[in-house]
Amino acid sequence: MRRALDVLMLDEGARPLQGGDRAPGPPEGAALSRRDFLHAGIAMSGALVVGFCVPDALGAAERAPYAPNAFIRIDRHGSVTLIMPQVEMGQGIYTAVAMILAEELDADWSQVALEHAPPDDKLYANPVFGLQVTGNSNSVRSFWVPLRKAAAGTRSVLVQSAAQLWKVPPGDIRTENGEAIHAASGRRAAYGALIARAQGLSPPANVPLKDPKDFKLIGVTQRRLDTPGKVNGKVVYAIDVMPPGVKFATLASCPVFGGKVKHVDDARAKQVPGFRQVIVKDNFVAVVGDHMWAAKQGLEALDIAWDEGPNAAVSDDDVWNQLRAASRKDGAIAKTVGDADGAMSRGKVVEAAYELPFLAHATMEPMNCTVHLTPNGCDVWTGSQVLARAQATAAKVAGLPLDKVQAHNHLIGGGFGRRLETDMVASAVQIAQAVDGPVKVVWTREEDMRHDVYRPVYRDVLSAALSGGRIVAWKHRVAGSSVIARWLPPAFQKGIDIDAVDSAVDMPYDIPNFRVDYVRDEPPAVPTGFWRGVGPNNNAFAIESFMDELAGKIGKDPVAFRRDHLDKSPRLKAALELAAQKSGWGSPLPARTGRGIALQVAFGSFIATVAEAEVDTGGEVRVRRMVCIVDTGIIVNPDTVIAQLQGGLIFGLTAALYGKITIAKGRVQQGNFNDYRMMRINEAPAIEVHLIKSGEAPGGIGETGATAAPPALCNALYAATGVRLRRLPVDRDILSGRKAT
Amino acid sequence: MNTISDHPRKKAGIGRLLLIVASLLAVAVALYFVYMVALAPGATDFAGGRHVPMSSYPGRNPSGVPAELENASLVERGEYLTRAADCAACHTAEGGEPFAGGRAFVLPFGTLYSTNITPDRDTGIGADSDADFRNALRKGIGRHGQRLYPAMPFASYTYMTDADAAAIQAYLFSLKPVSARAPASTLKFPYDQRWLMGIWAALFNPDKRFEPRPERSPEWNRGAYLAEAMAHCGDCHTPRNLMQALDNRDKFAGTVQAGWRAYNITADASSGVGAWSETDLAHYLMLGHADGRGTAAGPMGEAVDLSLRHLTPGDIGALVAYLRTVPSISSPDLPVPKAQPAPATYAQGDADTSHARGKAIYAGACAGCHDWSGVSPGVPAATLTGSRAVNDPSATNVAQVILTGAHRQSVGAGDAMPAFGATYSDAEVASLANYVTARFGAEPSALTAQKIAELRAQD
Amino acid sequence: MVSLRINGETREIDAPPDMPLLWALRDLLGLTGTKFGCGMALCGACTVHLDGAPVRSCLLPVGSVGERQITTIEGIGTSPAGAKIQKAWLDLEVVQCGYCQSGQIMSAAALLARNPHPEDADIDAAMAGNICRCGTYVRIREAIKHAARA
Ligand code: FES
Ligand code: FES
Repeated sequence: MRRALDVLMLDEGARPLQGGDRAPGPPEGAALSRRDFLHAGIAMSGALVVGFCVPDALGAAERAPYAPNAFIRIDRHGSVTLIMPQVEMGQGIYTAVAMILAEELDADWSQVALEHAPPDDKLYANPVFGLQVTGNSNSVRSFWVPLRKAAAGTRSVLVQSAAQLWKVPPGDIRTENGEAIHAASGRRAAYGALIARAQGLSPPANVPLKDPKDFKLIGVTQRRLDTPGKVNGKVVYAIDVMPPGVKFATLASCPVFGGKVKHVDDARAKQVPGFRQVIVKDNFVAVVGDHMWAAKQGLEALDIAWDEGPNAAVSDDDVWNQLRAASRKDGAIAKTVGDADGAMSRGKVVEAAYELPFLAHATMEPMNCTVHLTPNGCDVWTGSQVLARAQATAAKVAGLPLDKVQAHNHLIGGGFGRRLETDMVASAVQIAQAVDGPVKVVWTREEDMRHDVYRPVYRDVLSAALSGGRIVAWKHRVAGSSVIARWLPPAFQKGIDIDAVDSAVDMPYDIPNFRVDYVRDEPPAVPTGFWRGVGPNNNAFAIESFMDELAGKIGKDPVAFRRDHLDKSPRLKAALELAAQKSGWGSPLPARTGRGIALQVAFGSFIATVAEAEVDTGGEVRVRRMVCIVDTGIIVNPDTVIAQLQGGLIFGLTAALYGKITIAKGRVQQGNFNDYRMMRINEAPAIEVHLIKSGEAPGGIGETGATAAPPALCNALYAATGVRLRRLPVDRDILSGRKAT
Repeated sequence: MNTISDHPRKKAGIGRLLLIVASLLAVAVALYFVYMVALAPGATDFAGGRHVPMSSYPGRNPSGVPAELENASLVERGEYLTRAADCAACHTAEGGEPFAGGRAFVLPFGTLYSTNITPDRDTGIGADSDADFRNALRKGIGRHGQRLYPAMPFASYTYMTDADAAAIQAYLFSLKPVSARAPASTLKFPYDQRWLMGIWAALFNPDKRFEPRPERSPEWNRGAYLAEAMAHCGDCHTPRNLMQALDNRDKFAGTVQAGWRAYNITADASSGVGAWSETDLAHYLMLGHADGRGTAAGPMGEAVDLSLRHLTPGDIGALVAYLRTVPSISSPDLPVPKAQPAPATYAQGDADTSHARGKAIYAGACAGCHDWSGVSPGVPAATLTGSRAVNDPSATNVAQVILTGAHRQSVGAGDAMPAFGATYSDAEVASLANYVTARFGAEPSALTAQKIAELRAQD
Repeated sequence: MVSLRINGETREIDAPPDMPLLWALRDLLGLTGTKFGCGMALCGACTVHLDGAPVRSCLLPVGSVGERQITTIEGIGTSPAGAKIQKAWLDLEVVQCGYCQSGQIMSAAALLARNPHPEDADIDAAMAGNICRCGTYVRIREAIKHAARA
């Protein structure tokens, strides 16, 4: 275990990541370098111990780093540490956010380090949520201004201290690469040398921010800080945490949602080598062992009788009948422009309904949490998109004050919204209460898939009136679960879920009479949650499929038809034109092959996507190519934007082609990748992403690909076959004509 | 003119012709009945020699429990015999209480449901007298005189001794009563006419107890009793005649049951199990797997889980000894299984490129466990090389395993094959099955999406 | 006691022979670079090498390993193919969340060692067993070719 613990302390994930640092983490047991010391002293409290062991001759005052605000710390060696409020799940924000800071501070990129912020909903609140949240593709968007202000203030203080030191006016001093420079005298001072003086000074109010045209770092691809340790097995995800003496547990909740444990017979489990104990709680059973194998075997060997409770008979039919009925009721008006009802009579009316299934997150790193509960405290190791909530959950379950709970965040092996929940923390703490010493709770893939919070089923009913080739009236009803109402109740106002109607109310097309309403309908039994793409998932699919249908109704080309309605959205129009050009829109294709276009304004980004797909006579689909044009405002780290779209499109194609969680007898029918299918490399299309240069404020990117792919694909399938799919996932029997729409 | 005057003669001609045809048909039908009923060989007639009543058999009594259990209680002996007779397989619905019935049997002419044989008085057999129980078990007559469908293998159980029937009854009555009424069967006319089954039984149920053969070893006789009166191997492995009765002329020559192929288990060296060693056979029956021979799945896997793996080594040995003597009949469509593994990498060994989709799926979902060679690096049960199913050009069972998976009941990783039917289309499953037989088997298969749809319908 | 040869060292572990290598590596030896994703040989996250051949450690009983040399992500960098792949992964910035990448790299290194100049078809066949939920497939393809050119 010792060996494992060293890895934990010294790996890239535990120590902050260094700008320009491309070397893999130091070898296990190697003496700590200065940087390692500093870094080891950070993310893991466990590692703090190591930090303090390093001998140091200097006095406390000189040792103290300079921490002008919650985000920045500069030490005497000039190393700049960003206290990172957001968590890295692969979306590249560690690097992007650090770049923002370094840019505004004129820091030396190779001296910029990074550490997870501790849980703190006040200090590290995401301005959009007022909580410490990584989600809604807004890390760059929400910290863009606050971080630049913090950095600019710090920079001006460093300039002041240099001015005092050299007795020159601050105005004569410029900064560059972590140094203050007085050109006239040729004097230079590294930031590290200035912090002692800086301690006393406070930044002037509203320091001017850099003019984007002066950016040196932002807009130039920088290598990611989080990846080196991910190619050599050194990164410690939460599932890899190994506190000394840790035991291993896995659990089973009642397969029926809301069911409880009736009776457990552990006679056979006791025979399993390495078995330690069975823990029976109200709604789950866990087995603890010397290793995951013992825990897994032990769990399989248990004979558990469940009290299946009230949901034992719930099936997909119940879910859909209820939702379809709900979608016929009038909803709460989310937005209205002109007179949609009145205008309907002024043109040819078209109506269509679109339906999306439940989806699981299926993060590659299954749910897990490690907990060490002691009489006077609790350590929790997890990968969370809501660290402060994770800490609060642990405190509540353990009955401890918040300050007695150490919540350690880790790089996340896939979040997609699943880790905006803290259920895996709650059950782990409950288990830890019965175990002496630390216990790592790892969910099996089956448990992870059957006890997720699911992307809700949605039903979108759209109608429009067409006259003179234009849309004169538009009505959009969104019916589905409100995740917001459960997850952030104060944000659920007047019966409207702002997420569920996101990118429907601000739909880009220029239509004089327009209405969006929302019907909240909570599915029976099935818990719902945020899922990569959130509200825009259903709205982008419904709106862009419907736009294609409208174009078809009047025999207009889908691109031309959209262009006609984009006068008020020049950025999207530009993306559309480029998409048409880059995809060779209109150029001939082989038989049963088609192109489909989908536009979206979501998360502050303007995106046009063209899918090219081929359908054989049996209805089997091959996606040949995806072309994606992105205007996301000022781009911080261009390569990351491209990577996020490449990955996001695959994520969206997976959902469109295969994604489906179904319910029978109150339980989820899927369990692993055999029946919850993922797109694999040999099905992945070629993907081209083109970035549009822009001076606008940065938009969000992490979720955009996931929402862009499904409508583009279904429009391409229509072009290839003439069959319109209004329900996901793609039904190959409908495409082949074996089954009616 | 002529045409008119031709009429009467023509009519007469046709009439005579019809008469001849009809009488020929009648004769044919009569002959068929004589052949099928009067001359039909019994289950163990192939062995030749005398058969004598159990009472006058000199050797160890082939019925009852093995020596190990002789002093066990009646209920314990009953449990062993209930397992040997594999009552649980049919009388337990998927995910349902054991023996509470309700399992559906989807037949071309409707659906049958197995009955509840827990001792519940209203919905189970709690109210059965000993005679009622024996009548149902060996004559196919229910408590109220209603006739059972031969889906219930009473024509095999009929060989069971009174003592064994009583032990099984005692065990079943020792179970916790479960109140569960089986859904009414949905058979179409005329199949819904239960009284017809009376005629069927009269014709095809020998209704006599097992008679040992003195010329054969006690072990053989024990094996024969287990195979015929208990395990009822023939109900899946022996082809049926037009009237759905077992045709012992082709004993154990293999047939298709519920969408799965029950293979030829005669001594035939190429298409049967003649080439299997005693150990191969014993392992297959006890563990559901024999190295180089493949792994039991579907109904046979179930038989291993619920029944055969619970038998004593002695009884397994007896079954093997008996099986060995069943005359070899060849199934011309089954080639000698290919014994050598496929090449170790995806790059080699696929001369036939017509299953590109199947290969792509194999690369993603299958190669991780089954390897490109077909020999699983980690899970012996997952080895494809040498398996009969993979060497069956109909690929029926390969397709079934892909659709529904295979789950042995022993605890532990690697002995479960996940089901892929839910998200893989008929065309994908067909192409995958064809790729598997082409790469790992002796002869490629040519399954179509249509065929897969039919197989799905039977699950 | 089972004795395993891992990344050039011999390690003794106290494990039941039916225990999959994955858990022995992670839980008994602290080699957590090898990941658990599905436990059913469906995702490839647990891929290691046995005598150079990629295998899914989640279904490989430690008892069946015998004398064969095990290489894990922690050790793959010492092989020429492994080092090339790791470098290409960073040069082309393949990685997103990274959780699948240990397995991806092990499969890719085995491919490159056996086939120095893989074509798309080879890459597809060799890598299809490794699921990446973040969807890094496009870059995996490029990176393998990049490594082959290196
Ligand atoms: S964990 Fe082994 S293949 Fe998924
Ligand atoms: S990088 Fe996240 S699963 Fe592959």
